[in-house]
Amino acid sequence: MSALEIRSPGALASIQDIGRRGWRRIGVPWAGTLAPQLLRIANTLVGNDALAPAIECFDGGQQFVAREGAVRLAVAGDAQLEHLTAEGKRSLVAWRSLTLADGETLRVVHTGTGRLAVVAVFGLARPLVLGSAATYARAALGGLEGRALQVGDRLSVIEPAPTPEHHLRQLPTPDAGPIRVVLGPQADHFAPASIEAFLSMPFEVTAEADRMGVRLAGEALLHRDAAAREIVSDAAVPGAIQVPGNGQPIVLLADGHTAGGYPKIATVITADLARLAERKPGEAVRFVAVSVAAAEDLARAAEQALQARLGNIVPLAGDGMIDLDALYSRNLLSGIIDGRDDDGDAA
Amino acid sequence: MRILDLGDAALTVEFGDAIDPALQARVNALDVAIERARAAGQLGGVIETVPTFRSLTVVYDPLLTRRATLEAALGELIDAADHAPVGDGRHWCLPACYGGAFGPDLADVADAAGLTPEAVIDAHSTTEYVVYMLGFLPGFPFMGDVPAALQLPRRSEPRLRVPPGSIAIANGLTAIYPWESPGGWHLLGRCPVPLFDATRDAPALLAAGDRVRFTPVSVDEFDRLDAELKAGRLDPQQWCSPPGVTS
Repeated sequence: MSALEIRSPGALASIQDIGRRGWRRIGVPWAGTLAPQLLRIANTLVGNDALAPAIECFDGGQQFVAREGAVRLAVAGDAQLEHLTAEGKRSLVAWRSLTLADGETLRVVHTGTGRLAVVAVFGLARPLVLGSAATYARAALGGLEGRALQVGDRLSVIEPAPTPEHHLRQLPTPDAGPIRVVLGPQADHFAPASIEAFLSMPFEVTAEADRMGVRLAGEALLHRDAAAREIVSDAAVPGAIQVPGNGQPIVLLADGHTAGGYPKIATVITADLARLAERKPGEAVRFVAVSVAAAEDLARAAEQALQARLGNIVPLAGDGMIDLDALYSRNLLSGIIDGRDDDGDAA
Repeated sequence: MRILDLGDAALTVEFGDAIDPALQARVNALDVAIERARAAGQLGGVIETVPTFRSLTVVYDPLLTRRATLEAALGELIDAADHAPVGDGRHWCLPACYGGAFGPDLADVADAAGLTPEAVIDAHSTTEYVVYMLGFLPGFPFMGDVPAALQLPRRSEPRLRVPPGSIAIANGLTAIYPWESPGGWHLLGRCPVPLFDATRDAPALLAAGDRVRFTPVSVDEFDRLDAELKAGRLDPQQWCSPPGVTS
């Protein structure tokens, strides 16, 4: 066994998997990563089961050190990486695995347009609490002691065999398009003009954006009348958009309450929820309505696209070799020469 | 009854829009019917159900089923649930230490109600409450109905920290906070019995449909119970009596 030491958790880092199901009826949210696709890609890159627990990182700034042996990691997300070795520092793009020798450091130095990155760690196993290793800090469930990661935490992991690193051949491109929603369950609590404003005006992501939810700011969405500002509490799910009396919407995420007393104007569709969670404070969000049936089709299409992506995870070409195919597709897709791998390692 | 859209992975069967034991009984009947159907291998793709005061939310995997399929299958269950007899759940008598540091709002509630603190304790502890639903926090029970004399709106300034175990009231409802949390309800006292424990088979002590009464205890008795419970020498089930018969 070796260990991964958390030298810095950055803005926020916590152990997450796909979350715990079946306990919403007693008030336990799913928790789990805000970006399930990143979790599955990172775990596949590193050689874990796709749904294994991994480290979800917010806004970069994380530093991880290998202790008592080698540790293999993989990072999925719009992140730049720095690998610090005895010889110096090299910059890498994410979407690949990387093995840290004992004492080496990986820094998630910058996330691009998205807030989230998932760092999978080969052989990271955590006890299941109510069926999941996901951290839910409010009730101290899962993860490491039920809390976010802290400086000095050590996670014991399995030392990797010296097999090739893997990478994703075609990098995902950020989608800045509108966030699709299904109107309801309480759209009828709002004035028709407010529904129109909700679907036509931009909303800004405020600084109050975390694993529980994202508060948006924009044109106040007026309720039909004073009585329509509250409901007798009913169930909420991740993606539900509550509008309290001040008219400013709150999109609930993985750690959000299971029930609430504010009317919900709409719900973000499954295929777009991670795209919303990725948005940074200050960014604009627009919403567009789709039908339930269309949203179900989009969920299935997104799953197919992810399966295709997972099929595009391949061994990295060896040292000194240039993978022209990968180089071409990366630069074509990202539109920039990213200066990855200044030591010539693997395109 | 109507079915409300809650995205592409959940729907809400709404029986009404009030806090009413009759609505809750229909919610529970449908919940039980769905659980039975799932146990029989039906309703594939359903992940879980969430009963609330007046509605039942069905959460599903949009990759495994579709709203249209589910709605057709739920139709019959909803009709049947409307005519199902309902048991009245377990009965609990939970210890409660009222007032003092545990119930910092007791005096204010008494003032607002025009009662003595003793009369408030008497009114709160002699009422049998029904657990309408759990939510807000893991294991947090929304119970009612609070006697009319004690019904007050939430505090105008919510507390940033309500201690775990706090027994609180707001409007027609009473609750026990399982966790430290912000909260705007009026704090009357504290209950030493833990409401949530992830290591138990049923992590939440209470379930929707249960009946709850409070038994006033002294600070000394609270401390003794608290210590015994923390040491694992008392089983919380001792405050529970078996389910009653259909009424």
